Amino acid sequence: MSDNGNGHRYKVVLGYGTCGIAAGATAVKDALEEEVKKGSYDVDLDIAGCMGLCFIEPVVEIFDRQGGSVVYGDITAKKVPQLLEEHVGKGQVIEDWVVKKSEDPEACEGDFLANQLRVVLRNCGKINPESIEEYIQIGGYEAAKKALTSMTPEEVIDEVSTSGIRGRGGAGFPTGTKWGFARKSPGEEKYLICNADEGDPGAFMDRSVLEGDPHSVLEGMILAGFAIGARQGYIYCRAEYPLALKRLDIAIEECHQKGFLGEGIFGTDWSFEVKVKKGAGAFVCGEETAMMASIEGQRGMPNPRPPFPATHGLWGKPTNINNVETFAAIPWIIAEGGEKYAEIGTEKSKGTKVFCLAGKVRRTGLAEVPMGYTLRQVIFDVGGGIAEGREFKAVQMGGPSGGCLPAEKLDTQVDYDQITAAGAIIGSGGMIVADNRTCMVDLARYFLSFTQDESCGKCTPCRIGTKRMLEILERICEGKGEPEDIEKLQVLAGDIKDASLCALGGTAPNPVLTTLRYFKDEYEDHIFNHKCAAGSCPALITLRIDPETCTGCAACVKVCPTDAITGEKKEPHVIDAEACIRCKMCLSRCPSESIIAE
Amino acid sequence: MIKVEIDGKACEAPQGSTILDIAKANGIDIPTLCYDPRLSPYGACRLCLVEVEGARALLPACYAKADDGMVIQTTNEKLERIRKTLVELLVSDHPMECQGCSKSGRCELQRLADKYGVTESTFTGEVHEYDLHRENPFVMRDYNKCIMCGRCIRICREVQGIGVYDFINRGFKAVPGTPYDKPMQETPCEFCGQCISTCPTGAIKARPYEDRGRVAALDMLRNACAYFKMPEEDMMKALGLEGWVTRTTCAYCGCGCQLDIHVIDNKIVEITSPLMVGSGQGNLCVKGRFGYDFVSSSERLTKPLIRKKGKFEEAEWDEALDLVAKKLSETKKKSCPDSIGVFSSARATNEDNYLVQKFARAVIGTNNVDHCARL
Repeated sequence: MSDNGNGHRYKVVLGYGTCGIAAGATAVKDALEEEVKKGSYDVDLDIAGCMGLCFIEPVVEIFDRQGGSVVYGDITAKKVPQLLEEHVGKGQVIEDWVVKKSEDPEACEGDFLANQLRVVLRNCGKINPESIEEYIQIGGYEAAKKALTSMTPEEVIDEVSTSGIRGRGGAGFPTGTKWGFARKSPGEEKYLICNADEGDPGAFMDRSVLEGDPHSVLEGMILAGFAIGARQGYIYCRAEYPLALKRLDIAIEECHQKGFLGEGIFGTDWSFEVKVKKGAGAFVCGEETAMMASIEGQRGMPNPRPPFPATHGLWGKPTNINNVETFAAIPWIIAEGGEKYAEIGTEKSKGTKVFCLAGKVRRTGLAEVPMGYTLRQVIFDVGGGIAEGREFKAVQMGGPSGGCLPAEKLDTQVDYDQITAAGAIIGSGGMIVADNRTCMVDLARYFLSFTQDESCGKCTPCRIGTKRMLEILERICEGKGEPEDIEKLQVLAGDIKDASLCALGGTAPNPVLTTLRYFKDEYEDHIFNHKCAAGSCPALITLRIDPETCTGCAACVKVCPTDAITGEKKEPHVIDAEACIRCKMCLSRCPSESIIAE
Repeated sequence: MIKVEIDGKACEAPQGSTILDIAKANGIDIPTLCYDPRLSPYGACRLCLVEVEGARALLPACYAKADDGMVIQTTNEKLERIRKTLVELLVSDHPMECQGCSKSGRCELQRLADKYGVTESTFTGEVHEYDLHRENPFVMRDYNKCIMCGRCIRICREVQGIGVYDFINRGFKAVPGTPYDKPMQETPCEFCGQCISTCPTGAIKARPYEDRGRVAALDMLRNACAYFKMPEEDMMKALGLEGWVTRTTCAYCGCGCQLDIHVIDNKIVEITSPLMVGSGQGNLCVKGRFGYDFVSSSERLTKPLIRKKGKFEEAEWDEALDLVAKKLSETKKKSCPDSIGVFSSARATNEDNYLVQKFARAVIGTNNVDHCARL
């Protein structure tokens, strides 16, 4: 907010999403409130959703009356008195704590944000998500009002088609076309569902949008409901997102009060209702047919398609399902025009995409970039490269359904077709970065253990097939792999892909197939040489201490659960290989990086 | 009507038919496990996957509706490889102790394993070790043999309208179960045994047959049938067993469900119902399936009884009928015809019931006629 509106000299905004809260934002909030009360500062306090700077939470942004702002990171309750005293009291910026300044957006860590283009996240971290007034103040619900009062449903669909936006949930189906199917599908009663059952490990963009800007999702749904002719919308959100659910409830209530939801909205004769359905945390319920079964009160298990939801969806009625991110982009498209959206991106992939940077990248968080950026730009320019100065090894894109791309693919453009051609998928936009300490066999094993746990158990290939693949990978990681295992994995993976009922099973083998494609030597190393070059698989490594660099600080001794490390103070220590269980606790604690896993 | 081509054969079928319907009608065999004609299609076992020209993925024949002009392949190298993999995967988590399983010979998994030459799986790994559920006298569940086809769940919900079962857990640990794993007698289960009738493997079995002491003979018989691929009756003859299967109509109520009564040594050992035949379409209730004890019960009345001095005594038919006639005539004369009511039984034939009402109306002169069609 450039203008705090209350006549105060400063406005202090605290990032108050789940990530901020997890990092200690509640203590910061309490400290801010107490200090402001105590110190009678000329200041207005507010909260906002996640700005996407996960690597440096809790984040506080201080606005002045001229519209300038400074973002501070890593703020603790202890730092609050000094922050207020220096910045608000004396008008002096504490340079050491600054993440970004509006006057020099690329300085400090500011390039994390400066290298992004934010459409979906346009309001995240900028407005109070629990206040409809703040959303309206920046032009919220204008697009919905415009569409409902001056456009036909077909015109709305045309605008969305013009934008070229493709479904951001993973499959990348053109949204305008999907809406067109649902619109044309015969039937009086139609349903609209917002898929907020985000479940990929390492993906958190939907949560951030719902926590930071729930109204843009609701506005997108109002527009979609109007376009396809649905008067009832559902938001299927997992119960593990309590803050998102709370803010959605507040937003829906506020919309009813304003007359944006309910009967005769925006003074027209159109009515639209939204209900929130809590999911019980089953990954498979992100699959649309399983999600509909769950909304209907059945066990969340997918059904074969066809028939597709556009004709036989929720309760057998025509239904349209889009992801949170897709809905959040719709108001922008209607307000700014589809053509403007289509100017962003590549020929076949328009607009922007939010990626969740996670893993061994230096700056973890939300990165929204235009389609067509290269992976290198996202990981290095936005993400700041690999943490602790290590070497980039691979990036797992699209969560457990996606694939692992190696360094030679870093110049691949982020675009549905190019990423697919490289062997991965854009999916929901998770990017888990691996460095040279990550074992690719173990990474594939991890993702498969996830999909195996989350398989609904309905179809044979997914239920037993992924289990048998997982067992082979576990064997390989334990050094018990057999020469024929690689071929066995490949054949079984192919059959599982062909025969599975839904996309969960159909894509579950992807992490294995791509790691086999790009890192086959690591598999062979495990099987034939019983070696894990990344020093990751406990059964295949030994740990030793480099006597040259060891300072004898004994940090490792304190964490070793089996007392396997001995040595005199300030003298190089040694590890007893017999007693060592290779838990690698010492490795993570050693300040001089003297512990070598090989 | 629509026209499709299956494996090069031109077929015609009514609109709305599934690919499997059309294949079956045209004598083309597509393997299935989760399919039962009594139930809605499910598409889970994936054995019936077929290739449809122009389709993005393989389609389950049991679920996919055929469109006019579809060109379908039900068998080729890829499909057969997938089917073999699927059977191998199922076998990798199945106790292959067919010799000791009373389902042997009628087990659908056994038949497919046989067809694809799978004796033991190329995939080894964790195998389930569930406890046997034998907590009630009718249904025994052995989930080590379950292949997760969901047929028990669907038949209970769709045909019986009860819903005792659903899946519990996820992934490899997913298994059918009752709510909170309660014993079946604490659920709304009516013990109709429909789940037994649809289970393709030995996961759900009927305990009454098992407890008959003849299960060993029957097991041996069926194993031999499976091994020599001979029908049950022929095998019985070959083994010198006196046994047969009789197709009859259930006598419990007026529905007219068809029964196959399996008899060995003049004792009923099992009752099944032929699929999609007669009004029951292969469905039976608890009485039709399990209520046959009376046939060879020693307590069964074979002679009329007359109460003499407060005690029942055996009598001849003439004496008994004379007594009834006398008492009815007396009552009719002393009071009136309407003081008499006639109560008949659904277990009697239509002809007998007709005669009973005729007797009531024409001989006694009352309309007080009822019968116990409410079993």
